[in-house]
Amino acid sequence: MENIIATLGRLAKTSGFYGIFTDWRQIVMIIIACFLLYLGLVKKFEPLLLVGIAFGMLLTNLPFGNMYNPELWDLYIANGQAIETLTPELQAFIAEHGFVFADGVVNLTFTELIHAGGLLDIMYIGVKIGLYPSLIFMGVGAMTDFGPLLANPKSLLLGAAAQLGIFIAFLLAIVIGFPSNVAASIGIIGGADGPTAIWLTSKLAPDFLAPIAIAAYSYMALIPMIQPPVMKLLTTKEMRETKMEQLRPVSKTQKVLFPIIVTIFTCLLLPSVAPLLGCLMLGNLFKESGVTDRLSDTAQNAMMNIVTIFLATSVGATARYDRFLNIRTIEIIVLGLLAFEFATCGGLLLGRLMYRVTGGKINPLIGSAGVSAVPMAARVSQKVGQEANPSNFLLMHAMGPNVAGVIGSAVAAGFLLAVFGG
Amino acid sequence: MDGTMVTTAAPAATNLAVGNLTFGEGVLYAILGMLVVFFALVFLMIIIKILVKVTDKKAQKAQAAAKIPAPEEAALPEPVRRDDPAPGTAGEIKLYNTDPKDAAMIMAIVADTLGKPLNELRFKSIREIKG
Repeated sequence: MENIIATLGRLAKTSGFYGIFTDWRQIVMIIIACFLLYLGLVKKFEPLLLVGIAFGMLLTNLPFGNMYNPELWDLYIANGQAIETLTPELQAFIAEHGFVFADGVVNLTFTELIHAGGLLDIMYIGVKIGLYPSLIFMGVGAMTDFGPLLANPKSLLLGAAAQLGIFIAFLLAIVIGFPSNVAASIGIIGGADGPTAIWLTSKLAPDFLAPIAIAAYSYMALIPMIQPPVMKLLTTKEMRETKMEQLRPVSKTQKVLFPIIVTIFTCLLLPSVAPLLGCLMLGNLFKESGVTDRLSDTAQNAMMNIVTIFLATSVGATARYDRFLNIRTIEIIVLGLLAFEFATCGGLLLGRLMYRVTGGKINPLIGSAGVSAVPMAARVSQKVGQEANPSNFLLMHAMGPNVAGVIGSAVAAGFLLAVFGG
Repeated sequence: MDGTMVTTAAPAATNLAVGNLTFGEGVLYAILGMLVVFFALVFLMIIIKILVKVTDKKAQKAQAAAKIPAPEEAALPEPVRRDDPAPGTAGEIKLYNTDPKDAAMIMAIVADTLGKPLNELRFKSIREIKG
């Protein structure tokens, strides 16, 4: 009888119901995960990503599941350091898992990491080495039509101006005391490009991956609410009413040559951006060449869907209660919003300038689409333009700055990695 | 997958920008970053403009060459004109979030507006745009 009671006691102590009350923050994180699931499933805020992120967050905060162990990745990064210089938490983790390192120096092999890691640790490898964001970019490239950009190359200026949000948020993060690598990762939220944000943060500040990715995707979903007030504030009704001339047709040769030229030029200028822009342009070449339809179809459907599942779930898993629930997360969420607003301002202000210079031929509203977030930001330009003038049709004009913003944010990420990558 | 991961990269330079920056240093890096982004995209804009000019010129030349009839061709009798439209249609159309019935209606409206029979038009795809 005593044995049975002891067994039951042991079973109870290994149960998640026991574990969940050992730290109240786990319960808070489960509630947050459920709220994000609600936003994704019911409110349909970027559901393809938010559902995966929220579920990853849920899994990682259920006690004793051993799904994701950030300490393992910390140890892997700490290879070569003396154990006594590690934080007490990491030292306790080493003792708990029975790792034996010769000479008191951390030497965790990749095999040991995989053996000790959980399911989400293994999925996280794709984030850590930058694989998933690059593959997502390949799918995005296969779905993107750069025709509006080729028809109106001036759109690239608007795409560049809208990167202002990245650098303003970076500065604000420096002011409130973030180290430069984290500040750069926070700034990239202003690029309004989820894969780019994840790619850069996984390299510069992996501990902040969850709040940055969540902020980036949440604000992308909220663009129809975030942008219009700023758009109306920075433009007059007369400007918003401006009708733009029809875009010139773009030949197939131009569309095929474009990805090749962009790849050669940008990768020579900033080699660090090659994984992102190289994949984006490869996907686009699949689409435009006309001889790789099957590859284009796979890149924009099957591959994109599979990678999205892995990316979203493993990014969500990084939001473990002891690393996510702190004042830094709130600061990042606020800075992310400011980054989006300043990015919108940057595009709109250059749009205004172009309106003046061209004598009212360019509607400044298309400038706000320079923040990436394809195609949501372009739709917002169209909607606000049509509110001012029902016969206005800005969508195709806004797609130019919109896709230019994707290239611009990737270039900005490449710059930040080159400067702040350790 | 044993041992350590091996990555290849450009020769690593000592990075002075890692750590805490002062506000002044931050401003300098922010300005430098914006300049790099503008430089890259302006340069890309110039390249695109050159690309467009070159390819358009070539296309115009090809078009002009096609318009001059070859002497042998001029001697040939005129082909018999068919008054009745070519039967049937060819090719595939991709539908995104669009019902086939709606697509058929859209194609019919476009053909009617342009005043051309459907089999002389080429539709590549129809996509629903949610405003």
